[in-house]
Amino acid sequence: MEITHAELSKPGWMREMIAIWGYAQRNYFLTKRYFWWEVVWLVYSTMNALTIGFIGVGFGGTSEQAAINTTFLLIGTLLWSYLSMIFDLLSETVSWERWEGTIEYTFMSPASRTSQLLGMGIYAVLYGIVRMIVMLGAISLFFDMSLGDANYAAALGILAICSISLVGFGMVAAVMPLLSPEKGQQVTSIFTAVLLLISGIYYSIDVLPGWMQPLANISPVYYALNGIRAALLEGASFTSQWGNVWPLLVMGGIFPPLGLWMFQKGEWYAKKTGRLKRSG
Amino acid sequence: MTLIQVQRAQYALELHDVGKRFKKKRNDYSYALKGVSLSVTRGEVVGILGPNGSGKSTLVRVVSTLTVPDAGIVEVFGINAVERPREVQRYINRVSVEASFFKKMSSLENLLFGAKLYGVSDRESRPRIKQILDEIGFDYKRVGEPMEHLSRGMQQKIALARALLTSPMLMLLDEPTTGLDPRSKKDVQALIRSIRKDHDSSILLCTHDMGEAEELCDRIGILLNGELVAIDTADGLRQKYGTSSLEDVFMAATGTTLEEAEFASESVENASAAD
Repeated sequence: MEITHAELSKPGWMREMIAIWGYAQRNYFLTKRYFWWEVVWLVYSTMNALTIGFIGVGFGGTSEQAAINTTFLLIGTLLWSYLSMIFDLLSETVSWERWEGTIEYTFMSPASRTSQLLGMGIYAVLYGIVRMIVMLGAISLFFDMSLGDANYAAALGILAICSISLVGFGMVAAVMPLLSPEKGQQVTSIFTAVLLLISGIYYSIDVLPGWMQPLANISPVYYALNGIRAALLEGASFTSQWGNVWPLLVMGGIFPPLGLWMFQKGEWYAKKTGRLKRSG
Repeated sequence: MTLIQVQRAQYALELHDVGKRFKKKRNDYSYALKGVSLSVTRGEVVGILGPNGSGKSTLVRVVSTLTVPDAGIVEVFGINAVERPREVQRYINRVSVEASFFKKMSSLENLLFGAKLYGVSDRESRPRIKQILDEIGFDYKRVGEPMEHLSRGMQQKIALARALLTSPMLMLLDEPTTGLDPRSKKDVQALIRSIRKDHDSSILLCTHDMGEAEELCDRIGILLNGELVAIDTADGLRQKYGTSSLEDVFMAATGTTLEEAEFASESVENASAAD
């Protein structure tokens, strides 16, 4: 066999780009292999969204008011389905590999952690968008939604910025299973539950107890929901929503580097204390 | 350090006084490695013989940058593995007792992914995969089957193929034949011999199989309770201890047989688990 070390002389950025593609492609392979489970979850999420949509219809009132209520709830449902999937995929980076038994192989490879998390993040965003489009298509068959004035470009702009924040937020959570193999993943599930509670997904945060309402300010989902609801229900432009955009930009600027830094510290700690290995 | 400098390094691996301990409970530590020093020259195969729990896997994990040692220096081709792990990772690969794969993914998908982590694109890796799988006698028609459908022996061959795909200059083999049936074991051992013959690789092979160590390795080290008690060629060890077999060498060097040492190690593990 011909001995070649061609990849060793490639520039670093090229090796990292190949690795990013590798992580995204691997997740595609896994989605393909677990296709029927993916279908099951998609059907479950769609049924869940329909159920919530019918709750909006059940509020009564004029048909116009029912459409507004339904649209308000469905935006929350769809956005939560998308954002929670990004968060879960990122936060499960470690526990998933540990479960498969591949974590040591991945962590001893020369691909950087940035490439790993970026590859995971890119796939999560793309897969999340496809999933959301399928759900939206199914939902639109059942409900009259109040989207006459919708500003789709503004909604997509806000969704894009929020996706970056959520990828970073997921990176922060991903470190937990490195610190504690047993309890880490449970902690990330609590993160998800708290986001669901405080972000105003199915209700305005005004209904929360006074002490709880300020917590929404640290959730990127809260700003994304405000912005996207304003864009879709009222046709608000991207520029008119600076109050929602700037916190997302700040979080998008802070969370990914913070998540990466925490992940690297967590990795060092796990390697120092022997917590990386799965067993034995 | 450039690739040329790495290729010119005299030693593939040098360990100086490496120590590692793990915390079990408060103020209670288990010592996995105690002042281990050894070197592997370019192109050499060095075996580490020891019972379960002797520190072999910790040694491999330290070299493969998965465990940070508490003391000592680890250098791979002259590069400090603790200070510059990512640089070291480019030149090494590892095959462990558990073939770690995404079980639902096919062998081809696992190999393509593994190669990309080392900067090898699909265009480069596909022909190499075919070539390596032919070389190791893997039926290419099965390349699309999920890994979980393959036997342990087949999975281990794919693990070796994955390592070869990245052209590692130092291969770390941690009990690659443990748990395999005799036929698969022979196949994997033949493959290790061919890696040595045909590839520009140095090998650190950890095993508890004395026959395997003698057959495949230029030098053999004996590791017991984290201490490297002896290291030499098989003949050198026999001469040093005035014995005719490696079993007797092990007995003379450690005061116990390999089987007794394994039994003792398992008893300690069981007692720890019961605590």
